[in-house]
Amino acid sequence: MLDISGLCKRFGGLVATDAFNLAIAPGELHALIGPNGAGKTTLIGQLAGELHPDAGTIHLDGADLLALSPPARVKAGLTRSFQITQVLMQSTALDNVALVEQIRQGHSFRFWRQAASDRRLTDPAMAMLDRVGLAPRAHITAENLSHGERRQLELAMALATRPRLLLLDEPMAGLGASEAAAMTALLAGLKGQLAMLLVEHDMDTVFALADRITVMQNGRAIASGLPDAIRADPVVRDAYLGAP
Amino acid sequence: MAETPRQIAVLALAAALFVALPAIAAATARPDLITLGSQIAIMAIAVAGLDLLMGRTGLPSFGHAAWLGLGGYTVAILATHAAQGSLPPWVTQAWFAWPAAIVIPAVLALAIGALCLRTTGISFIMITLAFAQMFFFLFIALKAYGGDDGLSMRRRNALPFIAPRDDVAFFYVCLAALALVLFGLRRLAASRFGTVLDGIRQNERRMAAIGLATFRYKLAAFVLSAAIAGLAGALHVNLFRFASPDLLHWTMSGELMVMVVLGGLGSLWGPVFGAAAMVLLHAFLAQWTEHWQIVLGPILIAAVLLARRGLWGAVGGRRRGASGGRA
Amino acid sequence: MTLLLEQLLNGLQLGVMLFLMAAGLTLVFGVMGLINLAHGSLYMIGAYAAAWVQQRTGSFLAGIAAGLAAAAVLGMALEAAILRRLYAREHLDQVLATFGVILFCNEAVAMLFGRQPLMAGPPPWLSGFVEIVPGVPYPAYRLAIIATGLAVAAGLYGLITHTRIGMRLRAGATHRDLLGALGVRVGVLFTMVFGLGAMLAGLAGALTGPLLSVQIGMGERILITTFVVIVIGGLGSVRGALAGSLLVGMVDTLTRAYLPTTLRAVLPASDADALGAGLSSMAIFILMAAVLLWRPRGLFPAHG
Repeated sequence: MLDISGLCKRFGGLVATDAFNLAIAPGELHALIGPNGAGKTTLIGQLAGELHPDAGTIHLDGADLLALSPPARVKAGLTRSFQITQVLMQSTALDNVALVEQIRQGHSFRFWRQAASDRRLTDPAMAMLDRVGLAPRAHITAENLSHGERRQLELAMALATRPRLLLLDEPMAGLGASEAAAMTALLAGLKGQLAMLLVEHDMDTVFALADRITVMQNGRAIASGLPDAIRADPVVRDAYLGAP
Repeated sequence: MAETPRQIAVLALAAALFVALPAIAAATARPDLITLGSQIAIMAIAVAGLDLLMGRTGLPSFGHAAWLGLGGYTVAILATHAAQGSLPPWVTQAWFAWPAAIVIPAVLALAIGALCLRTTGISFIMITLAFAQMFFFLFIALKAYGGDDGLSMRRRNALPFIAPRDDVAFFYVCLAALALVLFGLRRLAASRFGTVLDGIRQNERRMAAIGLATFRYKLAAFVLSAAIAGLAGALHVNLFRFASPDLLHWTMSGELMVMVVLGGLGSLWGPVFGAAAMVLLHAFLAQWTEHWQIVLGPILIAAVLLARRGLWGAVGGRRRGASGGRA
Repeated sequence: MTLLLEQLLNGLQLGVMLFLMAAGLTLVFGVMGLINLAHGSLYMIGAYAAAWVQQRTGSFLAGIAAGLAAAAVLGMALEAAILRRLYAREHLDQVLATFGVILFCNEAVAMLFGRQPLMAGPPPWLSGFVEIVPGVPYPAYRLAIIATGLAVAAGLYGLITHTRIGMRLRAGATHRDLLGALGVRVGVLFTMVFGLGAMLAGLAGALTGPLLSVQIGMGERILITTFVVIVIGGLGSVRGALAGSLLVGMVDTLTRAYLPTTLRAVLPASDADALGAGLSSMAIFILMAAVLLWRPRGLFPAHG
C-alpha cells in the first residue's frame, strides 16, 4: 500500500537519501534498520511531510503523498510517532488522546460546549488508553508520567488517528527492559490491523516483530527481504561492522 | 478550570469592590474613582483579548493596540460624520456603533492575520508591530479625522435607558461588558476550539502530526482577539469622548503585553489584575512624581525575571501538577 | 536631477546610520539570541552625551568620544545587570524586559536633562557645503557621516572576516552552544559583542544628534526602523543588515522627498503633505511585509 520510488534528498554536498525504494503491503510490519547516519530520520521526515524530497515519489494506496501537507497526510491515513516524545506536557493523558480524537472527528470550530465533558471524545480516548495500558493513569498530567508511560501515550496518540500506515520512529527509545517488552507486546498485538513502518535500533524487537526488513546505508536500501535472509546477508553484516 | 479557594476569595472580593465602587466613590467624594474603575474594566477587556492570543494560543502579538485604536476610531469617525450630516444620526447609537467597532477590526485582522501568520517567532512579533505602526501613521496622516491632535466625540453613543453623561451607569455597562467577555472566554477556553488553541501553544508540530491544519485556528484566534480589542476601543473612546493616535502607538501595544504578563499569561482572570495593576500604577504613581515611569520600568523587568506566573498565579499559590495558572 | 542626487545621498546617509544601529542589534541577536529593545536607548544616550559635552567644551570631537564612551559603559552595565539573565529566556520575555529598560532610561534622561530637546549643531569646520558634482552643493556634515559610516562598515567587515575575534563571532552566531565546549570564554565574548554594538549605537546617536533634535523618544523612533532593517536583512546577518539598511534608507528618504509633492497634484497642499508624510512613514513597513511574505527569513538569513 505504501510505495516509495526513487526518493532523493541532498543537503548541500550531503546525500541523505539516494534513489531509495521501498514497498509495504497492507497489514505488513516492515522494519527499517541501518547504522547511524544511514538517513532513516531524513526518510521519516520526507514521509511525514516535514521535508521535501528533491526527486522521487511516495504513494499511499495510489494517492500521491507529496502533494499533501503533513496534516493532510494524516487524514489520508499516514501517521507518525516521534522518537523524542512530543506529547502535550501540560495536559492529562486523557486530554491528549481526546484531542487527537477530536481532530480526527473534525469538528473543532465549536466554541461553547465543553470538550472535557464530551463523551464522544472521552469514551474513545479512554478506550485507546486502555489498549496501550495507560487507563489507570488517564488523569495524570503528561509531565508527571514516567518516560515509559509517555512513550505509551505517544503511541496512543498516533493510534488515535486511526492510521492505515503507522510510522514508528524508534518507539523503544529510552525504555527499560520490562517497558520495552511491554511495548513489543503492544506492537505485536497491532499486527495485521494496520501496516507499520518500524524504524528501530533494537534488534531483538526488530526480529521479533518484522514481517520484512529493509536495511539502509548512506541513503540507499542495500538489502530488503525476510528477516532470516537479512540476518544471513553478508552485505548487511559489512554495513554494520564495516567492510573488511 | 479549577480555581483555588484563595483565588475564589480574591475574585469575590474584587467583584464586590467593582460593584460597590460607585457607592465608595460617592462616600469619599472621589468621582474620579469611577473613571478609574471604568478604565480598568475597559483595559481588562483589551488585555483578555490579547491573552487569548498570547497566553492561550502562544502567539505573541506586538500590534494589539492597532485593534484597540481601530475600534475607538470607528466610533469617533461615525460620530464625526453623523455630526456633519454625511451619515444618518442612528450610526451613533450603540447598537450600531459598537458592533461596527467590533467588526471592522475583525475584518482587517482577517486580512492582516492571514499575512502575519505565515511567519513565526520573532518575525511574527515584528510583523505585527509593523502593521500596527502602519495604522498609527495612517491615523496621524488623516487630517480629516484629527490627525496628530486626535478626534473628539461630543457625546457618548446612545444606550437605551441610560443618560449619556451618567458616568455611573456607563461604568456598570463597562463592567457588564467585561463580565460577558470573561465568561465567554472562559467557556471558549474549555471548548473544542480552546483545546485546539492550547494544543497549538504547547506543541504546534505535534498538532500538525495528528492531522490538524493549524493555520485556520490561529487565524480565528487572531481575528477574535482583534474583535474583543475593538470593543474595548469603542468603550475607551466613549469613556473619554476622545480618540487619539496614541491609542495605536507601539508603546500601547507594549503596555498591553505587560498587562497580560503581569496578570499571568494564559490565566483567564489575570487580565483583570494586570489591567488594574497598570492603571492604578499610572494613576497613583503619577500623583507622587512626574517621573513615575522610572518605577514602572524596573517593576516590569522584575516581573519578567521573577514572577513567571503573574499576579493571578501568585494569588493561587503553588499548584501541584501544573506549571501555568491553567487547569 | 540635482534634487534626485541630493536625495540619493540623503538616503545613503540614512542607510549608513541605520547600518550602525542594525549591525550591533543583529550581532547581539545572532550571537546571544537576544532581542534588545533598549538598543534605541543606547543611541539616545550617545546623542545626549555628545550634545552635552559639545555644549560644555565646545569641541565636537570630544562630544563624539563622550557619546561613544557613555553608550559603551551604559551598554555593558545593562548587560551585566540585566541582559545576561535574558539570554536563556524566550524572546517574549526579552522583549518585555528590555521594554522596561526603555521606560527606565527615558525617565532617567528626563530627570537629568529635562524634557526639552537639546540643541547641538555640526562643528564649524563641517558646516559648509561641498560641491560633489559641479552645481550641486551638499552639506559637508552629511558627507562626513556617510564617510564615517562606510569606514565603520569596512572595518566591521574586516573584523568579522579576517580576525580571530571575528571567527568566534561567526561561530557564535551559528553554533552558540559549541563555543563554550571549544574553550572560548563565552561570557567575555558576549560582553564584548554587546559593548561593540552599544558603541556603534552611541556613535550613530552622537553623529545624528546635530542633524535631528536630541530628545527623549528619538531612541524608539530609530529602534523600530532598525528592527525593520534587520528583519528585512535577516536576523543575525551583518551582510543582511547592510543590505537592509541601504534599502530602507533609500525607500524612506525617497518616499518622503517625492510623495507629498506627487500628491499635491490631486489634493490641497496641507492634506497632501499630511497624507504624504503618513504614507511615507508607512512605506518601510509595507516593504518589510512584502519582503517577509516573499522570504520569511529575510533577504540574507544567517545560517543555523
